[in-house]
Amino acid sequence: MGKKLLIHNDNVPGIATLEVYRQNGGYASVEKALKTMTPADVVEEVKKSGLRGRGGAGFPTGMKWSFLAKPEGVERYLVCNADESEPGTFKDRYLMEKIPHALIEGMITSSYALGAKTSYIYIRGEYFYVARIVEKAIDEAYAAGLLGKNILGTNFSHDCYVQVGAGAYICGEETALLESLEGKRGNPRIKPPFPAIAGLYGCPTVVNNVETIAAVCPIVMMGGDEYAKIGIGRSTGTKLISASGHINKPGVYEIELGLPVEEFIYSEEYCGGIINGRKLKAVVAGGSSVPILPAELILKNDKGEARLMSYESLSEGGFATGTMLGSGGFIVYDETTSIVKNLYTFARFYHHESCGQCSPCREGTGWMEKILHRIVEGQGKPSDVDLLWDIQRKIEGNTICPLGDAAAWPVASAIRHFRHEFEEYINHPERIKDVKHYYSVHQLAGA
Amino acid sequence: MAKVTIDGHSIEVPDGTTILQAARMLVDNNPEVDAKVAPPTMCYYSKLKTSGGYCRTCVVKVTKGSEKDPRPMPKPVASCRTTVMDGMEVVNITSPEVLEARKGVVEFLLINHPLDCPICDQAGECHLQDLGYEHGLAKTRYDFSRRTFNQIDIGPYIKLHMTRCIMCFRCIKVADQITNNRYQGMLFRGDASEISTYIEKAVDNDFSGNVIDVCPVGALTDRTFRFKSRVWFTKPMDAHRNCTKCSGKAAVWLKGNDVLRVTARKDQWGEAIDWICNECRFEKKDAKDWVIEKPSHIDRHSVISQNHYENLAQLKLDISKQQKQIAGKK
Repeated sequence: MGKKLLIHNDNVPGIATLEVYRQNGGYASVEKALKTMTPADVVEEVKKSGLRGRGGAGFPTGMKWSFLAKPEGVERYLVCNADESEPGTFKDRYLMEKIPHALIEGMITSSYALGAKTSYIYIRGEYFYVARIVEKAIDEAYAAGLLGKNILGTNFSHDCYVQVGAGAYICGEETALLESLEGKRGNPRIKPPFPAIAGLYGCPTVVNNVETIAAVCPIVMMGGDEYAKIGIGRSTGTKLISASGHINKPGVYEIELGLPVEEFIYSEEYCGGIINGRKLKAVVAGGSSVPILPAELILKNDKGEARLMSYESLSEGGFATGTMLGSGGFIVYDETTSIVKNLYTFARFYHHESCGQCSPCREGTGWMEKILHRIVEGQGKPSDVDLLWDIQRKIEGNTICPLGDAAAWPVASAIRHFRHEFEEYINHPERIKDVKHYYSVHQLAGA
Repeated sequence: MAKVTIDGHSIEVPDGTTILQAARMLVDNNPEVDAKVAPPTMCYYSKLKTSGGYCRTCVVKVTKGSEKDPRPMPKPVASCRTTVMDGMEVVNITSPEVLEARKGVVEFLLINHPLDCPICDQAGECHLQDLGYEHGLAKTRYDFSRRTFNQIDIGPYIKLHMTRCIMCFRCIKVADQITNNRYQGMLFRGDASEISTYIEKAVDNDFSGNVIDVCPVGALTDRTFRFKSRVWFTKPMDAHRNCTKCSGKAAVWLKGNDVLRVTARKDQWGEAIDWICNECRFEKKDAKDWVIEKPSHIDRHSVISQNHYENLAQLKLDISKQQKQIAGKK
């Protein structure tokens, strides 16, 4: 049984309420931080813990915090990025829905460390019911004196607000999120300046993922050094993984980083193996943006070593044979899956969500979707695979924000590892209808 | 001051200068430097704040970050929005990788462009034509239908033809910064996004006509000039008049003795030198309204320079410079 720090008491009845949450040791980190530690101490503990951003990029949180500019007389903000829109990722929703106070506790402790008087939780538009849960929790915290003026009788005052987005994927990009929060159109800003220098309303701002902020509480409670002992190498601590796809037990699991991928997929404690005892075909390990890997490369890396669920092990081998941990959206595909169709779905998503600011992403995502649509409809041309490869290469790295990369990587990896499937679609369009999914759809239509 | 090296040419520039500005300074101050060292731009406009960064045609590669931190930058950067550091080394036309990336951007810009140059008023002075000629493919690889929009009249003088738009956002910046009331913006997203006035036909601002000058393509055109003449059949002349609203310094485009249109004077990077008001631009279409100074400078490689007699000394200078370059290449 792996160690659980974030969702260890998610099954306690009524844990969403402040009373039960406090009975289970909640808000102890606020008490400890505000009464016995200075803000610099908290930052130091987070640095020591080696905690890395859980939103996808995996940037060390302590370092991000220490970059925050601290000019005199200027407000600083903490913004929680709860715009969880990556296909395949639903861990933040689970955390906020089940234990909203874990996030608020983290917000207060982190704000104290950063000296932020105001913080915002930017929640994805589709999660409106989650926003209500979090709002209710905030009201409870205000009533109990955990938010507002002079928290727990100390000098620290803090206000926390919930802002609901309008449902754009791009608003999960931190600068687009800030634009949206300011009430403007959610377009990513051109960096530099980075939010740590000029963020929300031009003031220094830290933007962190829900899970990152929630993980600050156990770090404060157990100490950074102790937290760093969990996990493996530079991937310290625990991570929430949203497992979905063709597995027996889809859901959100908290794992200690360094768990072997094979164990995660097949053990009864986690995914419980592939559905109906079929064979594993491929895995997208960190949300739809990261490269897809075939079964032989996800279980073992190119050197034959077992792959582990950690930032380093998953990216072993670069993009040629590796992938990324990303946001932890673990999508498993069994042998009946059509990678081409799956890729078309992803491409359609990125086309729909491109903001339209910079040309490679605006035009390229649409172009890739059209070509993939043609291929899945059996109209593909033999030159299409090379064309797709060329388009993704020209999008990647040439855009303002990472959405261009996110759109390009799935295409690149699908072609790299499953080129034969594309060729099958193009050379034998008559076989496409034999794909099981299509077959069942046609049967349904006939009935 | 910061010393920056672009394609092997070094220049000292003030701190806070962007790579693109440094490259332009380099070209302006050193006649022997190839003008192509300055990256092409479609969305950047030096006179508009916060412009640039969107089109990605000006991407360059930074091979050395600075004297203090010599690490190269991992991705190509937009030179119009990246400031120089002391000791920075940049490659533009000497890097095949940059040229490849630029070629990709040009292809992306062109896939949804209608390529209706034969009936487009901008043809002959279109930045996208120049860019496509320089960096584009001879043939398109895009075989799907292109996006189209209906034409919109923005007030009595300006026509918006969104189908040709490449989303450079320059007109939005003009609306924000030159005119008093913001009336333009972006609607929708991705490749369905479009520039739109919030209230069509209700634009009433003395400087709104400048959006035509900043538009790099034929998306915003002058309704008083549309389909009157191809630009290369008209002669641009620097002229001025007493205007209470603007500087009155403009370029009038003559065909015979008729003033077919009035635009701002452009510098060698194709940017307006002075903004002009709508009265000068749209209402003074009589040669008597203007004091004509001299023929405007037109680059010898432009199609407009056909039969265009301007400063003979400049012409000689251009020719000798070109000859030197050819000799240098041999």
